[in-house]
Amino acid sequence: MTSQSRPSAFRRLQAALWRRRAIQLLLLITPSLGWFGVVYLGSLAILLLSAFWFLDPATSAIRHDLSLQNFQLLASQDVYRTVAVRTVLVAGLVTIVDIAIAFPIAYYMARIASSRIRSLMFVLVLLPLWASYLVKVYAWRVILAQGGPLEWLFGLFGVPGVSPGFSDLSMVIVFCYLWLPYMVLPIAAGLERIPGSILEASADLGGRGWLTFRRIVLPLVLPSVAAGSIFTFSLTLGDYITPKLVSKSQFIGNVVFDSQGVANNVPFAAAYALVPIAIMGLYLFGARRAGAFEAL
Amino acid sequence: MRTRSLLGAMAVVGLVSSACSSAATPSPAPATSAPATASAPASASAATSPSASPSPAGPSLPTSIGAGEGELDIIIWAGYAEDGTNQKAYDWVKPFEAATGCKVKTKEGNSSDEMVTLMRQGGGTVWDGVSASGDASNRLIANGDVAPINVDLIPDYKNIAPFLQSPPHNTVNGVHYGISHGWGGNSLMYRTDLFTPAPTSWASVFDTTQAAAYKGKITDYDSPIYIADAALYLKAHKPELAITDPYELTQPQFDAAVQLLKDQQPFVGKYWVSYTDQIDNFTNGTTTIGTTWPYQVNTLKGQTPPVKVDQVVPSEGMTGWADTWMMSSHAKHPNCMYKWMAWMVTPGVQAQVAESFGESPANPQACDLLDKAGGVGPYALANFCTAYHVTDKSYYDAISFWKTPQADCGDSRGQTCIDYSVWTQKWTEIKG
Repeated sequence: MTSQSRPSAFRRLQAALWRRRAIQLLLLITPSLGWFGVVYLGSLAILLLSAFWFLDPATSAIRHDLSLQNFQLLASQDVYRTVAVRTVLVAGLVTIVDIAIAFPIAYYMARIASSRIRSLMFVLVLLPLWASYLVKVYAWRVILAQGGPLEWLFGLFGVPGVSPGFSDLSMVIVFCYLWLPYMVLPIAAGLERIPGSILEASADLGGRGWLTFRRIVLPLVLPSVAAGSIFTFSLTLGDYITPKLVSKSQFIGNVVFDSQGVANNVPFAAAYALVPIAIMGLYLFGARRAGAFEAL
Repeated sequence: MRTRSLLGAMAVVGLVSSACSSAATPSPAPATSAPATASAPASASAATSPSASPSPAGPSLPTSIGAGEGELDIIIWAGYAEDGTNQKAYDWVKPFEAATGCKVKTKEGNSSDEMVTLMRQGGGTVWDGVSASGDASNRLIANGDVAPINVDLIPDYKNIAPFLQSPPHNTVNGVHYGISHGWGGNSLMYRTDLFTPAPTSWASVFDTTQAAAYKGKITDYDSPIYIADAALYLKAHKPELAITDPYELTQPQFDAAVQLLKDQQPFVGKYWVSYTDQIDNFTNGTTTIGTTWPYQVNTLKGQTPPVKVDQVVPSEGMTGWADTWMMSSHAKHPNCMYKWMAWMVTPGVQAQVAESFGESPANPQACDLLDKAGGVGPYALANFCTAYHVTDKSYYDAISFWKTPQADCGDSRGQTCIDYSVWTQKWTEIKG
């Protein structure tokens, strides 16, 4: 054995950290937590703060004085309430429609399909996510336009003039398409986790198909549905591109974008942006109660 | 437990320090130049601003154009920097790059508001220049975003039409802040096969009975400045409102214009933001009538096969835009910008721009090229300069050019007019 010389500085540091686990943890976590805290949470904090500033009408400059005038304007003008309600309703509708479409697909994928088919279906469900968002929205614009493929298809069955064009219906259709993969995958994962033995036990106890589904499968898969619904709801709530491209309706995001980019009224945009933050906070609370985060 | 509280403390410190430090730094350009603008709003029309003109802290006017910096970043209206990709005959970017060595990078702005915001990015250093319409130019001048220009360095300046050499939208107190580029109006475009008979008045889109017949096929320009178009309509159709200037409206006049647009909203199919949107919509017939720029009309007619559209100047007149090339007061490539400004008012380039976009050029010497047989390119028009009233000052005066609405009416009504921030709020309400 060689004589014990003083260990290198690196070794001494290693030993010191091993003894003081707390500091070791701190050093490991600082970069990512620092990024999260400073960049992400910090910018949200600035957003919250700037909502209480206001735009000086004379100079069009932002006055760093605290005031509630942005919130007063939000409360007094009907249009902001209308836009917020419209956004929430469309988000809810898209979520419900997506659950309705995704459930059969996910059920087939998880419980019925052979493993080869299941892999293929996974790929097919994920494939649209590889395409650019704008490409998909523009493609739907062409499909839904007058004289487009949808009108042609319905024409084959003798139903003329089916072209939603620019409308809220088009918007809902496009949203349902865009977020469907985000709904299919969590539900499929949730359904896969249900052991077959439970379903057999239910059958043994006399439960027919629908009863088993209602009493056994649904409660077990509800957390996954809630998890998927977080995606569809929040993505629709915050979207502003699709409403602009396929309808003439305004969403919360459009008003925020117009206030910020067009009018340079950043404080007002910030104040209105707090509305979806509050809505999502409530939604996430509800989803947590439904067990969405246990499914992760 | 100790670890948790340590992490918690770290998170809180990070949050608080970032919020505090960012709150301490002033918000971008508008706040830092607040002192400069405090004096400016007192003057409505730019001509009466105080003698301490709000020019940025910078050197006096250059006496010569130096060597090009190799790059030029400009904000443009669509169609203002063609490089032959759309039509081979219309290319003034590549010859410019070859002659000056300034590589041109462009960004299309969809509205004046967008252009103003872009010009202020990075404290004014991101973009060297902009083709500003009258509703952006005075705001940029008042805020110190654009630099005074030495017009002696622009050889073709003296050839510009006299009423465009020092117009109030780019010349304040005798100081030039840019070079006029061209002007035109927001005409009424319609599908000749889907909208018959041909419209003659804005009533086709504003009158509720007429608009109802084409419900969902009408299109408006998606910008608060469009309220002025409604005011222009009311100027002719509701003389009791006594509207004189569609951009300077008193409360009752403004409310009437907003109400007209709200009544129109159910019949509007699309509020177009991007000119490509409008081109798409007219191509597939989703919208069949609405306000436009001549550029879209030309592009639609130039498609293969050509789309059956045409434009009219309605009986009530039209709003329009008079554009100026302006240079940022913090431009990174000022020499290239000067070279671009000089290039853009040469007769050859003016002729190409005028024909391809469908606007009246600032330099009437371009008429020699525009009026000759065959013009310059595929969008040539016989007797172009007569058709576009290039030297007709009375026609020019009849267009209500875009300008920023301010509280100061600029006349005997004093400070009773509605300023632009209210226009933007009301626009959100109108769209619903």
